[in-house]
Amino acid sequence: MSTISDPPSGSFQLSMLINDTRYRSYTFQFIALILLIMAFAYLGYNLLANLQAAGLNISYKFLGEPAGYDINQTLVDYTSQSTHWRAAVVGVLNTLLVAFLGCLMATVIGVFVGVLRLSDNWLVRQIMSIYVEIFRNVPVLIWILIIMAIFIAVLPQPRDFRGEDAAASMVFGAFAFTGRGFYSPAPVFGPGSSVVVAVFLASIAGIFAFRRYAKKALYDRGQLIPTLWPSLAIFFVPSILVFFVMGRPITLDYPSLQGFNFQGGIFMRNSLIALWFALSIYTAAFIAENVRAGILAVSKGQTEAAASLGLRPGRIMNLVVLPQALRVIIPPLISQYLNLTKNSSLAIAVGYMDLTGTLGGITLNQTGRAIEAIFLLMLFYLAISLAISAIMNVYNNSVKLKER
Amino acid sequence: MKKIAILGAMTAAGLSAGVASAATLDDVKARGKLNCGVTTGLVGFAAPNANGEWEGFDVGVCRAVAAAVLGDPAAVEFVPTTGKTRFTALASGEIDLLARNTTWTFSRDVDLGFEFVGINYYDGQGFMVPKALGVSSAKELDGATICIQTGTTTELNLADYFRKNNISYEPVPIETNAEAQPLYLEGACDVYTTDASGLAATRAAFENPGDHVVLPEIISKEPLGPLVRHGDNQWGDIARWTLNALIAAEELGVTSANVQELAASAGENPEINRLLGTEGTLGAMLGLEADWAVKAIAAGGNYGELFEKNIGENTPIGLARGLNAQWTEGGLLYSPPFR
Repeated sequence: MSTISDPPSGSFQLSMLINDTRYRSYTFQFIALILLIMAFAYLGYNLLANLQAAGLNISYKFLGEPAGYDINQTLVDYTSQSTHWRAAVVGVLNTLLVAFLGCLMATVIGVFVGVLRLSDNWLVRQIMSIYVEIFRNVPVLIWILIIMAIFIAVLPQPRDFRGEDAAASMVFGAFAFTGRGFYSPAPVFGPGSSVVVAVFLASIAGIFAFRRYAKKALYDRGQLIPTLWPSLAIFFVPSILVFFVMGRPITLDYPSLQGFNFQGGIFMRNSLIALWFALSIYTAAFIAENVRAGILAVSKGQTEAAASLGLRPGRIMNLVVLPQALRVIIPPLISQYLNLTKNSSLAIAVGYMDLTGTLGGITLNQTGRAIEAIFLLMLFYLAISLAISAIMNVYNNSVKLKER
Repeated sequence: MKKIAILGAMTAAGLSAGVASAATLDDVKARGKLNCGVTTGLVGFAAPNANGEWEGFDVGVCRAVAAAVLGDPAAVEFVPTTGKTRFTALASGEIDLLARNTTWTFSRDVDLGFEFVGINYYDGQGFMVPKALGVSSAKELDGATICIQTGTTTELNLADYFRKNNISYEPVPIETNAEAQPLYLEGACDVYTTDASGLAATRAAFENPGDHVVLPEIISKEPLGPLVRHGDNQWGDIARWTLNALIAAEELGVTSANVQELAASAGENPEINRLLGTEGTLGAMLGLEADWAVKAIAAGGNYGELFEKNIGENTPIGLARGLNAQWTEGGLLYSPPFR
């Protein structure tokens, strides 16, 4: 009599939830889930009950009230009469700005250092190792403070630019490097400038199209078209031509010393520069290690095979090694970008008004809505991190090994 | 379920310590120490001296309360707080009393759930600039870069003042007074603004105080006082009447020098007798010993003594009594009667 193969016939019985191996795991998982939900419900209830007992309630009404404080760096219109929500938005944009700039610079430095760490030159290799070890092993907050302190101590203050025999002077009469930040000329867009901007954007698109064409020509016909000089020509010539044809609609607004500070031009605050630089060189040290690991992960046979085909070392790196190394580099790179973004919350150490400084700092303090503000803060950072992660995953999918 | 309950209780404890322990007095007595929130360091108000002992005007209030409750002015655990962390520290129960030149405002009193027990210093927000700038009025500060302590009322006053006068400025938010000093001295900001008393204290700590001037404008009312959590009225009463005892003691001429003598036996002035517990049962009403005020006054002296010793005209900070004189001498200090 075969007893094993016969599935139990008949209707479903409640006892099968425990006795039948097909259902048992579901039963226990379900019980665990219920317990987990109950645990969180209990914690949540406890929190609410205690808040109520303390005379506090969860309310987001404060977001609609006037903030009452000023923020130095605002990428969107903001006055002290704007709402707390607006202040939070200003903070988010400042966070995104420093995160974007930081990721960009960290990647450039990181790739550069990572490649040089594998240099044949002993001295270069050692210098890069020292850089990585120093910057990777000192907390980023210390770097932010050190860079800010050096920045303020070394560079002249606006008052040093004043007077006949001033201690400091502007570079080319256009750039001022002060302890409060960098001032540079700002473009002023007059009538007709939109044409110039459009042509400029079109020429950038043209460069990409040209390079694509050159690549296609190389792959299809083996024809090597030079790209550097034509690219430069496309970049400059049409825009400059149109600029003069339209009667020079874009002018420059030079910064000048008026009263306490320089006025006019583009102003990059010392806090932004210090934070940006500190986050970049700190994260770059990690990225350099990722890049080195990625390059080492490509079998040496690949390099040797490419060399035997007569490729020059630069081409071997660009055409053979790096494309394969990217597959290894990208996933840890994403996590470095996320780290950099989250580390930017140390901004208040140098007075940079990021999200933590506005919503999680002044707003929290002035309204006393700690739980609400912190919860919102978590939500914002979560959203930013997930967005970065999503974008980078799209890129990762485009470079990863295509399996067919 | 029991474990979950314990976990939940632990999580909630951090948030609800103030609620769970409504009787702060019992907690303090059981602990044997008063947890008192002070600044991270403002000379004259609260700063550790060369021996690492905290001293200052606000510290004096902490010590007086500790002496009244525990009988020992040294039984204080000082918790340094920044402008940002102070309210969380008090609301969460980390400290029992916050004496950190904190401005009494409506929203802090009502919305944040705190109780200001009185005013120990009548202050106002001022500006300090280097003499070399040649500025003589705050109205000339158009376009200036200004260092402010973040998380304080000064931030809001500043925004209001510049908006009202239609001039612009560039705020540089700073966490603590100590961080602001190098920024101001290096010239990263033209102006430093905080309460006038704080400016005087900060300036006193400079190498060349004479190179800096405090501008004449006082742009706000800043009544500074100690505060406790809402909801524990007995504890609030103890803090309030300890402060009042210090103020009343000055008015009645009771000092740290003669307090023991006056408290030895009932004297001729019934108010002094009631204050010092030789007559009536005021101490028992507060839940304290009869000689609570004697200990509080003996701890560091009466209000006037504390003022003169820490921030008065003979100290480097050199503040005049001004609004902080007794009402009998043209000031605003006015303790309700002890009866």
